[in-house]
Amino acid sequence: MASPAMTTPKHGELMRFATAGSVDDGKSTLIGRLLFDTKAIFEDQLEQVAEASRRRHGNGTVDLSMLTDGLRAEREQGITIDVAYRYFATPRRTFIIADTPGHELYTRNMVTGASTADLALVLVDARNGVVRQSRRHAFISSLLRIPHIVVAINKMDLVDYSQERYEEIVEDFTDFAAKLEVTDITFIPVSALLGDNVVDRSAHMPWYAGPPLLYHLEHVHIASDRNLIDPRFPVQWVIRPGTDSHHDYRAYGGQVASGVLRAGDEIVVLPSGARSTIAAIDTYDGPVGEAFPPMSVAVRLADDVDVSRGDVLARPNNRPEVGRDIDAILCWMNEVPATEGKRYVVKHTTRSTRAVLSGIVHHIDVDTLHHDPAADTLGLNEIGRARFRTAEPLVFDPYRRSRETGSFVVIDEATNETVGAGMIIGRDGETHGVPVADQAARVSENVVRQPSKIDRAERWRLLGTRGATVWLTGLPASGKSTIADGVESRLLAEGVNAYRLDGDNLRHGINGNLGFSADDRAENVRRTAHVARLLADSGAVALVSLVSPYVADREAARKIHEDIGLEYVEVFVDTPLEECERRDPKGLYARARAGEISGMTGVDDPYEPPESPDLVVAPGDVDAAVDAVIAQLRARGVVP
Amino acid sequence: MNYELDHLRSLEAEAIHVMREVAAEFERPVMLFSGGKDSIVMLRLAEKAFRPGRFPFPLMHVDTGHNFAEVIEFRDRRVAELGERLVIASVQDSIDRGRVVEETGPRASRNRLQTVTLLDAITEHGFDAAFGGARRDEERARAKERIFSFRNDFGGWDPKNQRPELWSLYNGRINKGEHVRVFPISNWTELDVWQYIADEDLEIPSIYYAHEREVFARDGMLYATSEFSELMAEETPFTESVRYRTVGDMSCTGAVRSDAATLIDVVNEIAATRITERGETRADDRVTEAAMEDRKREGYF
Ligand SMILES: Nc1nc2c(ncn2[C@@H]2O[C@H](COP(=O)(O)OP(=O)(O)O)[C@@H](O)[C@H]2O)c(=O)[nH]1
Repeated sequence: MASPAMTTPKHGELMRFATAGSVDDGKSTLIGRLLFDTKAIFEDQLEQVAEASRRRHGNGTVDLSMLTDGLRAEREQGITIDVAYRYFATPRRTFIIADTPGHELYTRNMVTGASTADLALVLVDARNGVVRQSRRHAFISSLLRIPHIVVAINKMDLVDYSQERYEEIVEDFTDFAAKLEVTDITFIPVSALLGDNVVDRSAHMPWYAGPPLLYHLEHVHIASDRNLIDPRFPVQWVIRPGTDSHHDYRAYGGQVASGVLRAGDEIVVLPSGARSTIAAIDTYDGPVGEAFPPMSVAVRLADDVDVSRGDVLARPNNRPEVGRDIDAILCWMNEVPATEGKRYVVKHTTRSTRAVLSGIVHHIDVDTLHHDPAADTLGLNEIGRARFRTAEPLVFDPYRRSRETGSFVVIDEATNETVGAGMIIGRDGETHGVPVADQAARVSENVVRQPSKIDRAERWRLLGTRGATVWLTGLPASGKSTIADGVESRLLAEGVNAYRLDGDNLRHGINGNLGFSADDRAENVRRTAHVARLLADSGAVALVSLVSPYVADREAARKIHEDIGLEYVEVFVDTPLEECERRDPKGLYARARAGEISGMTGVDDPYEPPESPDLVVAPGDVDAAVDAVIAQLRARGVVP
Repeated sequence: MNYELDHLRSLEAEAIHVMREVAAEFERPVMLFSGGKDSIVMLRLAEKAFRPGRFPFPLMHVDTGHNFAEVIEFRDRRVAELGERLVIASVQDSIDRGRVVEETGPRASRNRLQTVTLLDAITEHGFDAAFGGARRDEERARAKERIFSFRNDFGGWDPKNQRPELWSLYNGRINKGEHVRVFPISNWTELDVWQYIADEDLEIPSIYYAHEREVFARDGMLYATSEFSELMAEETPFTESVRYRTVGDMSCTGAVRSDAATLIDVVNEIAATRITERGETRADDRVTEAAMEDRKREGYF
């Protein structure tokens, strides 16, 4: 039986949050205020701070920001340069703050603080509004998949508690965050210095209907952020007393990474594939029937199978991936840049193995979210997408499904330093040379997404497929269908289930009742997008060739895919109008020019070219275009 | 079933995870054990991590020789109950061997000398990881301390050059001669420690409970009179009901006035206290604002 303490949260929940803000946004003051108002500050600490404030400012006011300054170097420079941890508690919750420095030189610290956070608290100075740093903080929060973001708009006292200013900032931030697929974002106008809306509701901002910051921190629902679906138990330590009283006792110590383990469950040991059943889940306080994250327990198996540190226990019908080729987002944390071809040590769950950085796919500009495929190194504080090949197989899940089995650190063998942090996207498709058009601000490609549904993963695994949608857009007669045809034949020849959705063909069936008005075109795109999504979800590669002239409609198509974590490749078939008109296989341009038909895209109806397609293909070389599309699918791990 | 752990059990699970990582990745770990409340919690966590097996490391006490008799008695009894091995590293030995020079005068303390004794013992036994019960909430300089705190081959700590620590992935790779200090209860507060002691019903040395003791006042704190303390002019001993919030070297560990006779009283008292345990009871931290940071650089606990 579990001891009562194991099951009843009598002390309240533990919540970890990370704070980020630019220098002087008031982060230290805000934290100081939270600690002070929740009585986490002791008198002698306050006295020390009062003393130091007097020395620094020469007046009687206590500078709350000094409560959270740590090391001497920082006190001298007056800035925070490393992650500092602070603690406070209310009757409802116990909080651990990872206070991360805001300066751009310290992206690595922010990543560190964010790695374990349930919530990110981003500060914005109401006078300055959303600045580069704010965007960076939001991006990193979404990259590290912090489930909740709170934007504290600070120094409201300096903008006369203006609702208008607040709303302006909310709108700016929301616009940017829309690109990030952040699931939960809350805005709170505060004055850290004066305490407005920090612990108590502000009398100065009656227009703000939401709760004060502390109330929000205490009540935001975090329990369901954990993955309780996919049972994963990385083995840390084998408990084998070998004493007379426990002669044959053998248990596997570890911390549940995700899912729920139950006594009696059938399990599979990975990577070996050996099968057994959980005989018991032991703790010092006695056996428990179930173990869930983050419990540390000892699992006994019914059979004498070979299990050692680094192995992962999972369910036979819900397995993580096992492989040596890893595709990941990599944050670099060392002065010596990450370099293609270099050897490192990767520590992932409880396994350390040597690995080669086999390629840097692209560098992501943290401010513009621009992807640069030309990069072949990543410097300190830079983020990119990279591929590793490991000496031993890793047992992993995509980071978006599980932080614990989806994350790893990179260690330099020569210095033993931790030089990088990785978040696994999935198996690497062994692509070389990724063709990419100039991709502008867009982060969605694989980086941050909704958790994928377990039933889909299961289906794909059983079928040995991965679904995706390739969306070819361009003027009539630009060559979309020809390219789609080529891709389809190539994929089918490789045993990949590809299926073409051709605009013209669909208009004979599911879209038969639609004309060419703007509304009807939008509906045409919407239906096609949903059909493609169903196909992709089922595990097929849907190849859409559709003029789809409007950006908004195409973005909607992309969104419904990415919202549920499906790969989506937008290909712009960039054939100039003159060339299309010259080809005119169906004679449509000629008829439009002759006034026989109206609403012809390119003639009397506009075509809005994509601003940031995943791929641009030029006219002429169909084979090259087909190659480029397939390479793009490989790079994303859709096809092997 | 809602599958939620309360915060103490979450902290416990984290500490067990850290201990098992160290056991698995280091060749010769050691666990520092002073007989104080934090190390008592550490022992229970080690039991939770490794029982029914034995601890995969010995315990080590850095003994200043200026101990509370109650604590030494408790230490030996607890170790015997656990059936684990205890290594004693003695400051007196370091003095006798000329490794350190005893401070003199009424404010003399062996606290600083411990650092040398500790580092010598680590070298002598070839320990590559040493568990300590330090917590980040104890002192401002500790707020940035890692759970795996890397020490160079002189035992020193470089606050600017610590390894990033992400998720629950700890990098324990070191070269020969270097070691790592590991702090599994980094994220606990003093109140957490007490609540855990109460939850687990752990025995603690009697000096943590209120008792009558002969003390004298110095710098606003109360110190026990003993053979290790030298009174200064105008310091007059008196008897008071006191208890200790931490145990350490008798010469520099202060007592607080208290009537807390049971664990519950102590927890309630701590919950209501407005002064940190270091500020209240450690004379050595009051010397300068950066005192702690300086000592840590030298390799203090
Ligand atoms: N008027 C006003 N000043 C603030 C507020 N919050 C912080 N400050 C001031 O802004 C300056 C920078 O604050 P600090 O907390 O050190 O910023 P950090 O660099 O983000 O930690 C200090 O002088 C604070 O007193 C606020 O809400 N209102």
